[in-house]
Amino acid sequence: MTPSITLLGPQRRPTLDRVLSSLAVDGPVAVVNAGWQERESDDAEILALAGRQAVNLRLYSRWMDVLRADPEYAAAEREHRQVLDELRQLYLIRLDHALRAESAVTARTDAHAHTLAMASADALEAVQLLDATHLARVAQLHDDFYGTWRLEERGSIAGHRAEVGELLSTAQCLVVAGGHVGDLIRVLHLFHLSPHVPPRLVAWSAGAMALTPRVVLFHDRAAQGASLTEVFDAGIGVVPGLVLLPHARRRLLTDDVLRMSALARRFAPDPCLVLDDGVRVDLGPDGALPPDARVVGTNGLISEGTAA
Amino acid sequence: MTTARTTSGELAVHRLTSATPLDAATVDRFLGEHEIPVVEGDRCTFLWRGEADEAWVCQRIVGLPDRIAMHRVHDSDLWYLVLELPEGSRVEYQIEIRRGEHYERFNDPLNEKRSHSPMGSSSVCFAVGYRTPDWVLPDPDARPGELRELVIRSEALGRDAHVTLYLPARFRPSASYPLLVVHDGGDFLQYASMKTVLDNLVHRLDVAETVVAFTHPGERLHEYANSAAHSRFLTAELLPELESSLPLVGQRAGRCLLGSSFGGVAALSAAYRSPDTYGSLVLMSGSFVFTDIGNDHGGGPVFDPVVEFVNGYRAKPRAVADRIFQSCGVYEELIVPNRSMVHVFENAGMQVRYTEARDGHSWENWRDRLRDALSWVYPGPQKLYYE
Repeated sequence: MTPSITLLGPQRRPTLDRVLSSLAVDGPVAVVNAGWQERESDDAEILALAGRQAVNLRLYSRWMDVLRADPEYAAAEREHRQVLDELRQLYLIRLDHALRAESAVTARTDAHAHTLAMASADALEAVQLLDATHLARVAQLHDDFYGTWRLEERGSIAGHRAEVGELLSTAQCLVVAGGHVGDLIRVLHLFHLSPHVPPRLVAWSAGAMALTPRVVLFHDRAAQGASLTEVFDAGIGVVPGLVLLPHARRRLLTDDVLRMSALARRFAPDPCLVLDDGVRVDLGPDGALPPDARVVGTNGLISEGTAA
Repeated sequence: MTTARTTSGELAVHRLTSATPLDAATVDRFLGEHEIPVVEGDRCTFLWRGEADEAWVCQRIVGLPDRIAMHRVHDSDLWYLVLELPEGSRVEYQIEIRRGEHYERFNDPLNEKRSHSPMGSSSVCFAVGYRTPDWVLPDPDARPGELRELVIRSEALGRDAHVTLYLPARFRPSASYPLLVVHDGGDFLQYASMKTVLDNLVHRLDVAETVVAFTHPGERLHEYANSAAHSRFLTAELLPELESSLPLVGQRAGRCLLGSSFGGVAALSAAYRSPDTYGSLVLMSGSFVFTDIGNDHGGGPVFDPVVEFVNGYRAKPRAVADRIFQSCGVYEELIVPNRSMVHVFENAGMQVRYTEARDGHSWENWRDRLRDALSWVYPGPQKLYYE
């Protein structure tokens, strides 16, 4: 059964309790806040907002337990992360050149409009191809890793998977908070949540990103300057066909319409959904966006929806 | 307090000197009302009060005389000098006076700001637009990393090599950390607040969680001046020891050498001798003195091996790392050699990020560049966090 999915903006001013109430959730709620990493156990506030029957799945703590209990797997996972990081660094080198080329071609005005349009489209297509091949390589590495290590047969992992599955089987709703999106993706896969998602799903920030099939990282205001917007990995894919941009106005140069336009065109046809403070988006059947959702248009502007 | 110039553009000190009579009480009041030096736009007024035959402001801004004479205000005991210091400047200085045949140099008694180095302390003037970065100050929210002392018997150096290891907060044996090796490690810790800086930058997600090896030189001017022994110590002794005992990335992308001044030469020369080992270099105010013809480099005998190395490198440049972060203060004599090296490094096929600051050859200059340097070499996971 496809769950009903609600995506929220950052919860600095929490709305989770009202959202759950509006969804008529009055039973057990499973909470994932593994993105908070070692602060996962500081969960009093989020559990209070999630209701009396809320339970923290403690996926980060379970992951640490697996690493302690299964040193052979821990070493393999560390090596797997290193390989992924190497691949990412090499992708970023190629992406840097491809994005510069796309930007330089798009900025040219000294040729026939039709010629420029063709060159610009081709340059963008090169970036899209790069993104797609990188994502495919990452998926291939994951497949090889999981195929080799057969997680379902490893005692400590299998035990935790069973416990998590049991907790989810009685939950009315799964809540996934933000934090470190890489760690969230890792634990969601490790403990195999996707087959057990309850009828309702509420997520925000990194938690929402980790549910999509294509996680895009971005930060135009990083300490070292605007960093490359990159395709990172696949989440568990229960939120289909969307590129999610939490904190968009804080993290992106939203006034730079050329840059924003390139972002929207690069990930089309998937819409780039803006999840700023106060936003609530209830996806329709098959993950359809409501008409008032705020998305980045191909003109580089954020549509002025009323999703809140 | 820092006062702004009046709308007429008249400097505070000129308003003071036009007052008659200029009695001691008026001077006392002026000094009490102004932060010294008085910064008004791009003009900085240095002041000293006392009896002397002559007085100077002594500083090391290349292009200006080392000693610039101060002017006595009428027949009073107040002396002043107005210097143009562009926005963002940070200048270390002292006051020198002459009484008869007796010369004396000291820090500015009217200015509490001090800068420290192994050579002692100086007064420091912050021109308009300069601010001490907040990430160099202790932040109670930043979880502290741990410093551990390590001694490695170095056959290459023929001595025990002391290394101070920095392990980031939340250090986990199951993780995998990049390594930064810092030359003049004790000075970077003491004078560039580098532990605090690392704690803060890691906490702010600006810099990746990194293991840092602060190395301590023996005969510094020898070991750091293109010494094969020093390079061998780093690459054949220190690196294997650390990579076998700590959870490090263990590949060139996760290895970086950092050095300032002669330490920059040491970093470059170690990478030159082992061009496949290090992914990144951070070269701050590197002493890259060279000659285009002849041997008259003006640096004295300690620079002879440096000039020989840099001349040789410039004649046959080659990639010694993937990326170089290079910085220099525009008020240093080394600014021209450093600017000259940027294109040499780039043409050798390395990615170079070069920055300049309106500062001198000082530890606080190097401290202030650490965020730009480290966040570029080992970017933090900001891009992965969406709270």
